[in-house]
Amino acid sequence: MKQSFQVDERGYYGDFGGAFIPEMLYPNVEELRSRYLDIMAEPAFQKEFQFLLKDFVGRPTPLFKAERLSAKYQTNIYLKREDLCHTGAHKVNNTIGQILVAKRLGKNKIVAETGAGQHGVATATVCALMGMECIVYMGAIDIERQAPNVARMRMLGAQVVAAQSGSKTLKDATNEAMRHWINNPVDTHYIIGSVVGPHPYPDMVARFQSVISEEIRIQLQEKEGRDYPDYVIACVGGGSNAAGAFYHFLDEPRTQLIAAEAAGKGVNSGHSAATTFLGRPGVLHGSKSLLMQTEDGQVIEPYSISAGLDYPGIGPMHANLSSTGRARFFGITDAEALDAAVECSVLEGIIPALETAHALAVFEKLHAKPEEVIVVNLSGRGDKDLSTYQQHLKLND
Amino acid sequence: MTKMNRITKLFAEATEPILNVYATAGYPNFGDTMTVLHALQEGGVDIIEIGMPYSDPVADGETIQQSNQVSLDQGMTVAHLFEQLKAMRQTITVPVLLMGYINPVLQYGVEAFCKKCAEVGIDGVILPDLPMAEYESEYQAIFEQYGLYNIFLITPQTTDARIAQVDAISNGFIYMVSSASTTGAKTGISDIQETYFKRINGMNLKNPRLIGFGISDRASFLKASESAAGAIIGSAFVKLLGQAQDLRGEIVSFVQSIKGKK
Repeated sequence: MKQSFQVDERGYYGDFGGAFIPEMLYPNVEELRSRYLDIMAEPAFQKEFQFLLKDFVGRPTPLFKAERLSAKYQTNIYLKREDLCHTGAHKVNNTIGQILVAKRLGKNKIVAETGAGQHGVATATVCALMGMECIVYMGAIDIERQAPNVARMRMLGAQVVAAQSGSKTLKDATNEAMRHWINNPVDTHYIIGSVVGPHPYPDMVARFQSVISEEIRIQLQEKEGRDYPDYVIACVGGGSNAAGAFYHFLDEPRTQLIAAEAAGKGVNSGHSAATTFLGRPGVLHGSKSLLMQTEDGQVIEPYSISAGLDYPGIGPMHANLSSTGRARFFGITDAEALDAAVECSVLEGIIPALETAHALAVFEKLHAKPEEVIVVNLSGRGDKDLSTYQQHLKLND
Repeated sequence: MTKMNRITKLFAEATEPILNVYATAGYPNFGDTMTVLHALQEGGVDIIEIGMPYSDPVADGETIQQSNQVSLDQGMTVAHLFEQLKAMRQTITVPVLLMGYINPVLQYGVEAFCKKCAEVGIDGVILPDLPMAEYESEYQAIFEQYGLYNIFLITPQTTDARIAQVDAISNGFIYMVSSASTTGAKTGISDIQETYFKRINGMNLKNPRLIGFGISDRASFLKASESAAGAIIGSAFVKLLGQAQDLRGEIVSFVQSIKGKK
C-alpha cells in the first residue's frame, strides 16, 4: 500500500532523507537498499521474525487502559506496554529484524552505536541469540554514565568500545560505528538503532517497529470497537518508537500524531534537544533532516536529562511530519518529564523510562475530550534511570 | 570562461608523478593556512587540497578528525577560510582543491559557495558525502557554471559499472581510495591493492587517477604512482603539521623528500 507520509522511491520523505554517504559505504548501503524489501517479504523470514517476536521478545505487548490517569485527565488513556518487551524497551523489535536481514546478506559480524545503552543491549542480545560477533560503540562519557548497561552488554558477550572523538556521546558513537563499517565493509552489518541514517535505514527500522501500531489497531478494535485512536503520543529522539507507534496511522486523518521532544532546561535555554524547534535542514549520519547546528553547519551537541533523547538530529520521517504539520511536536522539559514519571508510577504502578516520561508529560497540554481515546507508547521501563530518579527526586532522603 | 582549469592543464602537461597534499585549514593555528600553502608550493607540490573542518568527519581517521576539531575550536568557518584565501592567486599558482563534508557547504549555500570558489581561484572540490545522483540532479549545473570540478572517489568495492558512471560525470581526475578504510588507518600498498589498481587501469577511463589513503612517504608515493598519475598524502602531512617546530621549513623539506628533490 502506498501511503503519502511514507518514504518514496528515492529514499525521501518530502524534502528529507536520501543517502549522503561516502563512496566507501556505497556498496553496503546499496546492497541493503536493493534487497531489504525482498528479504522482509520472504515467507521464511516473516515466519522466523514473528516467531522470535512472540517467543523471545514476548509480543504482543498489552494495550493497558490506565484508569487512574484517565480519571485525572478526564479522557481515555491507553498505554502500549513496550516496556514489557525483552530487554525493557521497543529497541529489540528492530534488532531482531535487522539481525535476520544481516544473516541473509551473509554477514557474520555486527556493529552498532548506542547512547543510553538500550539499543546496545538489544543488539548484544540478538547477537548472543544468533551467535554473531558484536561490537558496540558508545561515547566515553555515556560509558561512565550508563555503567549497568555496559555491564549487561559485556555479560552478553559484546565488545563495548569507547568513542573518544568529538563530544564522546551518541553522535560520536554513531560516527565511530560508521567508520568501523567503512573499515570492515565485507563481513559486517551495521544495525542502526533509530529511524536515522542513510536510506533504507529509516524505512527499514520503521517497518520493523511498525508491529507496535499494527498491534494497537487490533487491540483498540477489541477494547473500543474502533481501530484508530484520536491521538497517538510518543517521545522522539531519533524517533524509532514514534515511527513504530505512528506507522499504521500516518495516513489516518482521524488520528492526531503527537511527538514529545526533549526541551531539556527549556527550548531556548541553550540546554535542549528539541530538534524540530531549534534545527534547520542539514545532513548528518547519511540523511538530510532537521539538525541542530551552528550557522557554519557544525553540529551542536544537544542536552537532555534523558540519554536516549539527546540526539542533535531527528529521523527524516519525523522532519517531514513536523514540517508538513502532520504531527504536532511538544517540547517537554526535564522537570516536566520527571513529574510525569512520578505521576505514572504512583497512579499506575509503572515506572517509565525517562524518554517515555516525556511522552507522558503531554497529557497536561493536550486537553483531550472525555470521549476521546489516547494511546501513548510506553516505550521503555525505568530501571535503567533509577540513579537519575534517585538523584533528582531525592528518593534516598 | 574558456580559460583551462588548472587541474586539466596540470595533468595534460605533467612529466612526473603528481603529488597532491591535504592540509586542514586553520591548522595548526588559525592564521597558518596561507603559510602552509606557500610552503607546500615552495617545496614543489603539484596540487593543494585544503580541508574545511567539520564536526563529524565520518570518512576520516583520528589524525584528521583531531585537526578538524582543533581548527573548529580556534574559530574556523567556511566564511573565514574564504577570507584567508581571498588573495591566494596573487602568489599561489598550483591547482587548489577544497575538501570537506556537504553540510557546511549546504549551510553556506551551494551557489554562494561555488561563486566564492571561483572568485578566490579554487579549481575543484571533494565532498565525500555528496552522492553522485544528488550531485547530478541538484548541483552539477551550478558547479559547471562556475567552472568548478567535483572530484569523485572510487574504492576497491566500487563496481565497474559505477566506475564508468563516475568517469562519465568527472572532470580533472578520479580520487582512487587505495583500500576500504578511513583516512590514515592503513599504510603502504599491498599486492591485493595492486590487483585493484591494474583492474582500473585496464578500464581505459577518460579521467586520470590519483591514489589516496595509505600514502605517507616517498616509497609509497612512488609505488602508488606506478599505477596512477600520482598520489595524495593526507594524514601523514597533518601529523607533521601538528608537531612541526619550524612550520615552513619542515613542510618544504617534507614535500621535497616525497618528490625526490633533496
